[in-house]
Amino acid sequence: MEYYLIISTLMFFIGIYGFITRKNMIAILISLELILNAVEINFAVFNRYLFPGRFEGMFFTLFGIAITAAETAVALAIIINAYRTIGNIDIENLSKMKE
Amino acid sequence: MEYSLWIIATPFVLFLVLGLLGTKLKPNVAGIIGTLGMTLCTVLAYAIAYQYFFQIGKTGEEWTKIIPLNFEWLRFTKQLHIDLGILLDPISVMMLVVITTVSLMVHLYSLGYMKGETGFQRYYSLLSLFSFSMLGLVIATNIFQMYIFWELVGVSSYSLIGFYYTKPLAVAASKKAFIVTRFADLGFLIGILILSFYTKTFDFNLLTSDQAQLVTTSFAGGTFMGLSIAAWAMALIFMGGAGKSAMFPLHIWLPDAMEGPTPVSALIHAATMVVAGVYLVARLFPIYAFATPEVLEMIAFVGAFTALFAAVIAITQTDIKRVLAFSTISQIAYMMVALGVSKYGGHEGLGYMASMFHLFTHAFFKALLFLGAGSVIHAIHSNEVDEMGGLHKYMKVTSITFLIACLAIAGIWPFSGFFSKDEILAAAFHHQPIIFWTLWVVAGLTAFYMFRLYFCIFWNGEHKYDDHHKPHESPWPMALPLIILALFSVFTGFIPFADFVSSDNIPFSTHIDPVVAALSIVVALIGIGIAFVLYFKSSKKPAEMAQSLGIFYQAALHKFYIDEVWMWITQTVVFRHICEPIKWFDRHIVDGSMNGLAWITQKSSASVKGLQSGQVQFYAWIFVAGSILIAALALFL
Repeated sequence: MEYYLIISTLMFFIGIYGFITRKNMIAILISLELILNAVEINFAVFNRYLFPGRFEGMFFTLFGIAITAAETAVALAIIINAYRTIGNIDIENLSKMKE
Repeated sequence: MEYSLWIIATPFVLFLVLGLLGTKLKPNVAGIIGTLGMTLCTVLAYAIAYQYFFQIGKTGEEWTKIIPLNFEWLRFTKQLHIDLGILLDPISVMMLVVITTVSLMVHLYSLGYMKGETGFQRYYSLLSLFSFSMLGLVIATNIFQMYIFWELVGVSSYSLIGFYYTKPLAVAASKKAFIVTRFADLGFLIGILILSFYTKTFDFNLLTSDQAQLVTTSFAGGTFMGLSIAAWAMALIFMGGAGKSAMFPLHIWLPDAMEGPTPVSALIHAATMVVAGVYLVARLFPIYAFATPEVLEMIAFVGAFTALFAAVIAITQTDIKRVLAFSTISQIAYMMVALGVSKYGGHEGLGYMASMFHLFTHAFFKALLFLGAGSVIHAIHSNEVDEMGGLHKYMKVTSITFLIACLAIAGIWPFSGFFSKDEILAAAFHHQPIIFWTLWVVAGLTAFYMFRLYFCIFWNGEHKYDDHHKPHESPWPMALPLIILALFSVFTGFIPFADFVSSDNIPFSTHIDPVVAALSIVVALIGIGIAFVLYFKSSKKPAEMAQSLGIFYQAALHKFYIDEVWMWITQTVVFRHICEPIKWFDRHIVDGSMNGLAWITQKSSASVKGLQSGQVQFYAWIFVAGSILIAALALFL
């Protein structure tokens, strides 16, 4: 069980690091996927080892995957639109709302 | 007696109609509506007076208080409630007659005098408002109702003094009148509150019945700064009366109030509103007489001083209306003195009856004097005595009625002023020799300055007038009131007043005291004689006399600098030494602390707002760092 958790922790922090440091929106989106998947691994692992007779964790994981897919689709749509509007996908340039 | 409600409802309705629809009406129509309404009021007042005095007013030997209407208007607690109602007793019925009569005369007179003025309808609606409030004041059943109407007459007086609101002088005068009387009313209000706090009632009947027992017992001998609390309360209430009745040193507003139209001066500032203070003291007379005789004593001395003071100033004034204004102050002071020297009950209460009698007769002859003066001003378009003279030839009616009024105010038999003034002098004679002799001198001065005015206006040689502007007799709406009021001034003295009005409401008999009567007639004749010598023919003598009196004449001409003293008190003492520090405190401490708080908030927000970059990544970084920190703290502490 520890190995799974080590893997998910690593994935989580790599995701965080990427989320904070990357300027490219696609990269940020990928980092976000890493964070979410780390969480889903945790769900599956805890369910499997702590409550073997039950399935709530598994369902959560499935839900999570579905929502992640939807969210990725929306995010990609936004990114494409942003690219059409400003010509690149650098997050620093998306500051029009501030003004 | 339920119809007595109509006597105040009518002018109120008139006020609303003329005030709201006035501009839709032709000026003359508005004036005639107002006058007809006032005629109705007058008829009602005479009906009430007839019914009260000759049919239902008397039970046994005593005049009863009749309350045809009284309802609870505002209820705060079981004990604290303000009523509105109608109280009929000899003095209120007498006042109804006086107010409606003079008001009707003024309404009629104004049809001629105010003809063609802009705001004619407004003028009539304000006159109706005034009549309404004054009638409401005299029939008040409780002191708070009186206070409400007291303020209402103040407001209507204010707006009528400032009727010519494009004239800066009139505006200043109206403000002055309002502020001075309002300042006095502050005392009145505090007095009412103290009085009712201890007695738990506003009602006149409860306050004054049984020799004001309620007041004498409920104060329980509390004292404040050496005077009993009851005395403080009554003195403060008198302060309100002194403000309205222009007693020294609160008299300064009345001469300036002459900036208003002359008929208004006749109605408000001579006959009715200014005697409200006297009426107030008379209304509360049992309290003054039994609970606080020391205050009554003070009233007598204030009155005597004011009478003398105003009479001296009246001699030197050259504006015809100012002379009359100071004469009014002096005569009202007479009434105050009469109340001040009076005792309660029977012949001892002569002063009370004399005061009311003088109020009654004075209202007519002083209104007549003002209307006569208005007639003169109407004819030659000036207030200054110097520009008049020899008018008798042109204005016979005005001249003769003015003469009658002068004889009445000077106290010559058989004119009405003689009888009432004689009663006042007799009352003072038996009580306080100093006051009597003061009043005696004032009687002489009164005769002198009134006849100075009369001779200066109507005789005093031949004054040159333009051929285009020959003075002419006033039209009949102005002449008729003069004649009617002159008849009143001649005959009202013969009313056996003591049969109707007395301090304890039990009729008593009076007789003319021959010594006092002789003294007063002698001094009046001396005054008239001196005036005749000095002013009947134009001569240099008055100017020479003024010269020889030097400083004293100058002081009297400038009204003894009381206005300046008040200006000094308000400007220097109050504004500079009280208001300025308070203003500084407000600007720097009160505003300063608030502004400081705002400043701190603004500065701190300015330094914090840099963190709100809008960069989600930065927020996430802070968030992660924070949660790691918290997790670390949770783990290792």
